[in-house]
Amino acid sequence: MSLTQQDVERIAHLARIKIDPAHTEKYLHQLNAIFALAEKMQVIDTKDVLPLSHPVSAHLDSLSLRLREDKITESNQRQAIQSQAPATQDGLYLVPKVIE
Amino acid sequence: MHTHTLKALSDLLQKKAISATELAQLYLKRIEKSTLNSFLHVDPSITLAQAKQADEKIARNQATPLTGIPIAHKDIFVTQGLRSTAGSNMLANYTSPFDATVVERLQQQGMVTLGKTNCDEFAMGSGNENSAFGATQNPWDTNAIPGGSSGGSAAAVAAYLTPAATGTDTGGSIRQPAAFCGITGIKPTYGRVSRFGMIAYASSLDQGGPMAHTAEDCALLLNAMAGFDPKDSTSLTPEQCPPEDFTRHLNNSIKGLRIGIPQQYFEKGIAPDVLDAVHAALKQYEALGATLIDISLPKTELSIPVYYIIAPAEASSNLSRFDGVRYGHRATGYQDLTGMYKKTRSEGFGAEVQRRILVGAYVLCHGYYDAYYLQAQKIRRLITQDFQSAFQQCDVIMGPVAPTVAWNIGDKTDDPVANYLADIFTLSTNLAGLPGMSIPCGFGQGSINSKRPVGLQLIGNYFSEAKLLGIAHQYQQSTQWHSASPERI
Repeated sequence: MSLTQQDVERIAHLARIKIDPAHTEKYLHQLNAIFALAEKMQVIDTKDVLPLSHPVSAHLDSLSLRLREDKITESNQRQAIQSQAPATQDGLYLVPKVIE
Repeated sequence: MHTHTLKALSDLLQKKAISATELAQLYLKRIEKSTLNSFLHVDPSITLAQAKQADEKIARNQATPLTGIPIAHKDIFVTQGLRSTAGSNMLANYTSPFDATVVERLQQQGMVTLGKTNCDEFAMGSGNENSAFGATQNPWDTNAIPGGSSGGSAAAVAAYLTPAATGTDTGGSIRQPAAFCGITGIKPTYGRVSRFGMIAYASSLDQGGPMAHTAEDCALLLNAMAGFDPKDSTSLTPEQCPPEDFTRHLNNSIKGLRIGIPQQYFEKGIAPDVLDAVHAALKQYEALGATLIDISLPKTELSIPVYYIIAPAEASSNLSRFDGVRYGHRATGYQDLTGMYKKTRSEGFGAEVQRRILVGAYVLCHGYYDAYYLQAQKIRRLITQDFQSAFQQCDVIMGPVAPTVAWNIGDKTDDPVANYLADIFTLSTNLAGLPGMSIPCGFGQGSINSKRPVGLQLIGNYFSEAKLLGIAHQYQQSTQWHSASPERI
């Protein structure tokens, strides 16, 4: 199945990326080459196969997400962490207006 | 001095024949003179302060085998003090408030950080050409790529700018640059090495690992790097994976070792000079007492679409955090929040990263999820099962790391799929979560390729790193490829 320019624009919007119009055709061509590669997967019958998302689960039984004790272990490091932020004020991150 | 292995340097440091400060100064000088573009950030004041601390530890006789040894970290590992960019403009000026667990553990041993190495952007690439900060040159032939995505680390070790470096491997990014640069690297079993502080690309595939000149060096590093980390939700607990000494099998004999040779790793499309070098290595193993056994990994070629669906899908999720709000690049000149996100991400991410995010977002969409992502996950299980069948018949699997030696910088830059196809022998190992190594086994042939190294890949079953390292070490005891040096280095 082949992508169209509209598909690319729609996905780019969903992924919050703006594709440079000068490169759209090249991107389309490259993406279609990648999906042509993906078509090869269709010949395999996987009707009764369970998906494998966590490689460890293939060889270790009863793998579950570890939980920890509900105890406070972290300290307030807001200043250090926010030192890398593009824009902050009073300990808050500044962003363009979200709600009208 | 600079061509010594980590082990040799460790012995000299412990004998007090050289100091950590002298070693650090030696390598810093070499890094300064290098034009390979393998390092992105170097700060001699940080390095020398660490070296001084290491010397103090040595003086108090509190040294470990790694104390005072210089190390370089792939720029995917976050470090306080030195910037961490993941090879991307998105993080060009990012300095992390914390250290990656891997960095912390090696620092606790008293290792001395020389700097951060160049890499493909967000670890996406096979040639180090996708770095926002320029390509890295292969020290064996500066027209050639060093491999990727841990190309900076591989080139730095090969050029003796550091005795060792950390790398990460999601689809081959330790093994392939190790092969192309004639050094040794190991990707451990998934879950061995903490991913905390390792900027995420594909979380079910990423693994950090050591890169150095020898298997013995890698074993010493892995001893410090591996182990349960509560801060990584996929880190294996001591119950699931007891701590071990990865050097304990180095001196095991090869006699009786059953080496599985996958038919699909030796078929059409593989360069004859790579085949020659690999076959010679296998002959050497036979001389050491091993038996070669024909096996089949029928889905080897399918691993390419499976990986290039799953990894981009996970990447599209992992990279959604880069939105210009809390850290990293933020664009200017936008109208609203969506505009800020779009402009920031378009400016911050390079072309290959954007491509993979788009592929990933697409295959996770309603309507396409089953045919692409789910199908890939199912084939992933089949690939994993194929390896288990193979390991019924053999103790270790061997073959080439890549179908060719390193290609020229610029040759495949505009052709993503050409790059993907060259990953054919390394991807399955990550999909299955198995440990894999690359060790130098020769060079290509012809006027150009004869300068370019060939790597032998070793793949083991889960938790067999100590065995793999021993199998590699025995080969390195009876061959010299790992000691070869590039000209003018």
